[in-house]
Amino acid sequence: MYIYVIRRILLFIPMLIAVSFIVFMLAFIAPGDPLTGERIDPAVDAEVLDQRREALGINDPFYVQYFDWLGSVAKGELGNSINYNSRTVEGLILSRIDNTLYLSVFSLLFTIIVALPIGIYSARKPYSLLDYGATTFAFLGLAIPNFFAGLLLIYVFAFQLGWFPSQGSVSTVGLSGFDYFFDKIRHLILPGTTLGLASTAIYMRYIRSEMLDVMTSDFIRAVKAKGMGNRSVLYKHTLRNALIPVITLLGFEFGMLLSGAVITEAVFNYPGLGTLFLDSIINRDYPVIMGINLILSVTILVGNLLADICYAVVDPRIRYD
Amino acid sequence: MRGVYMKNEPLLEVNGLKTYITLENKKQAKAVDGVDFVIHKGETTALVGESGSGKSMTSMSIMRLIPEPSGKIVEGSIKLEGKELLKLSEKQMEKVRGNEIGMIFQDPHSSLNPVFTIGMQIAEPLRKHKKMKKKEAYKKAVELLVMAGLPNADQIVKMYPHQLSGGMVQRVVIAIAMSCDPKLIIADEPTTALDVTIQSQILGLMTELKDQTNSAVLMITHDIGVVSEAADKVMVMYGGQIVEKASVKELFRNPKHPYTIGLLASVPRIEVEQERLESIQGTVPPSHAFPKGCRFAPRCKHAIEACTKTVPELIESSNDHEVRCILYRGEETRPCDNHEQRNTN
Ligand SMILES: Nc1ncnc2c1ncn2[C@@H]1O[C@H](COP(=O)(O)OP(=O)(O)OP(=O)(O)O)[C@@H](O)[C@H]1O
Ligand code: SF4
Ligand SMILES: [Mg+2]
Repeated sequence: MYIYVIRRILLFIPMLIAVSFIVFMLAFIAPGDPLTGERIDPAVDAEVLDQRREALGINDPFYVQYFDWLGSVAKGELGNSINYNSRTVEGLILSRIDNTLYLSVFSLLFTIIVALPIGIYSARKPYSLLDYGATTFAFLGLAIPNFFAGLLLIYVFAFQLGWFPSQGSVSTVGLSGFDYFFDKIRHLILPGTTLGLASTAIYMRYIRSEMLDVMTSDFIRAVKAKGMGNRSVLYKHTLRNALIPVITLLGFEFGMLLSGAVITEAVFNYPGLGTLFLDSIINRDYPVIMGINLILSVTILVGNLLADICYAVVDPRIRYD
Repeated sequence: MRGVYMKNEPLLEVNGLKTYITLENKKQAKAVDGVDFVIHKGETTALVGESGSGKSMTSMSIMRLIPEPSGKIVEGSIKLEGKELLKLSEKQMEKVRGNEIGMIFQDPHSSLNPVFTIGMQIAEPLRKHKKMKKKEAYKKAVELLVMAGLPNADQIVKMYPHQLSGGMVQRVVIAIAMSCDPKLIIADEPTTALDVTIQSQILGLMTELKDQTNSAVLMITHDIGVVSEAADKVMVMYGGQIVEKASVKELFRNPKHPYTIGLLASVPRIEVEQERLESIQGTVPPSHAFPKGCRFAPRCKHAIEACTKTVPELIESSNDHEVRCILYRGEETRPCDNHEQRNTN
């Protein structure tokens, strides 16, 4: 087990370096720089622009820029934003990442809480009314794009029914304690549901088919032949095996959540990493773009690592390689 | 009292058992179609027949583990020491499974849950049926493994199935089946998935344990070799029915049903030089489309017109030897004469 985990972590390091390189490359080869827009303005002298470029290090050769950047990343410095009054990128990201984390965790919990019982029920009673309902929901959940589902939820639950807010992450400043907490949650419900919709659909079907698969396997018949009751057969033996691939997939899912939040945050004007990312792209704020790209890529890598470790925890066949 | 040999006392009585499966095209597969037999205490009874003849369905019917809702026991009676199993509730049936009847499956590796330890999987029925505490059940698990011929049992209980070889896992499965001192052990092809050398070790172990505990064994196999090695009595199954029943000695010396004769002829014999292995022509009819009369008629060399009219009854043609073939109604012809000539020329 430990050897397995250590091996995975060692593998993680070269992947991290590769990712940092790709993130840097993408920003480097992208056309234009933060001063591109100003060139069109005849009032700005081209020489002045060049001086500013020199000062920003934009004219340095590729490898110098890469190692400069890597060096500061290692120290936790991601540079300064060009648009947000030169605030540090790490500061900007930190100010937004908590909101995105809440959103991600909320949607992940939503997925698990909804998909698990429905998936199990569908497997226990396949072709029942609820199973057909779940199938329909799953198709819709997969077919409808995220932004559209978001708009639909806003229309119904915010505009028509007025139950939940459609924008932002808090309604009034100065709330504290429980009021603050509940206000946050209220703001999370619509975007969190939107974000979790597609994966809920996938997991529901996935859990159902995995359960059905395990249920027909020989060892389940053998467990029944030992006289074990329904509950033991279903929740101990079947579920435990059916969840192996599901838990593994959840690790990946966790890594993808932050990146998945970008569109949803935009729809709900939710002040998280996603909206910051979109703003930075529009403003060609490369330090911020790179910073967020790095964070997203690293979470995906961490998600994969997590998935591998979870896999070993739940499946002894992996653990005792 | 355990250990006292009480032969000839009936343990399991199966009467008129019919288990049908509704196929996807709505046709009915008559997997088990009117099976009667008695298993006596202390005996090993073999159930032999080709693939698809209904052996596993018979054993799953006894355990009441027919896959629902497509499969269903439509008729018959299964009595264990006089107790009608088909009338028990699911909860009551759970107390029979693993407790009064233990079961051993064909592929040992696929009959254990890959994510739990061996110890846990042996302890499970003990905790349920014998109400043992966790510690006690694990201690018993170690004892059972030692009894099943695995000396380093205290390490094995902590292991997972994939860490053991096929032969070792089958010993574990036997330990599970024996754990609650069952009266009957059903072994569905217990050695088919194993190496030849391991096969007879496992058969030996089963016979030894059966004798120690005075339980009975229903040994399902398509291997005539297994029958001669381990069984006291044999039942030959064909097309969902039993076509011949006798003691092992009697059956090997004096096979009667043309199908049984064909089965025996297809076994390689060292003492007789055979040009090629005799085998029965044709295939088993699918159980949703049996021929009208004798189910073996399309493949039978001795078939006459009367064979295709009605299904022959299982009749006692001589002492303790029953056969389902119209040739034996008056005991006038012996189709095996033919067969013996070929073997001795
Ligand atoms: N799950 C199933 N669905 C449909 N038909 C089945 C199913 N299982 C068994 N049958 C039918 O029941 C008949 C008997 O099957 P069974 O498994 O009892 O045969 P068997 O004698 O154990 O053969 P084998 O040696 O291959 O294990 C088969 O002919 C098959 O048509
Ligand atoms: S009844 Fe007829 S067809 Fe059937 S086994 Fe006997 S001789 Fe052959
Ligand atoms: Mg079978």
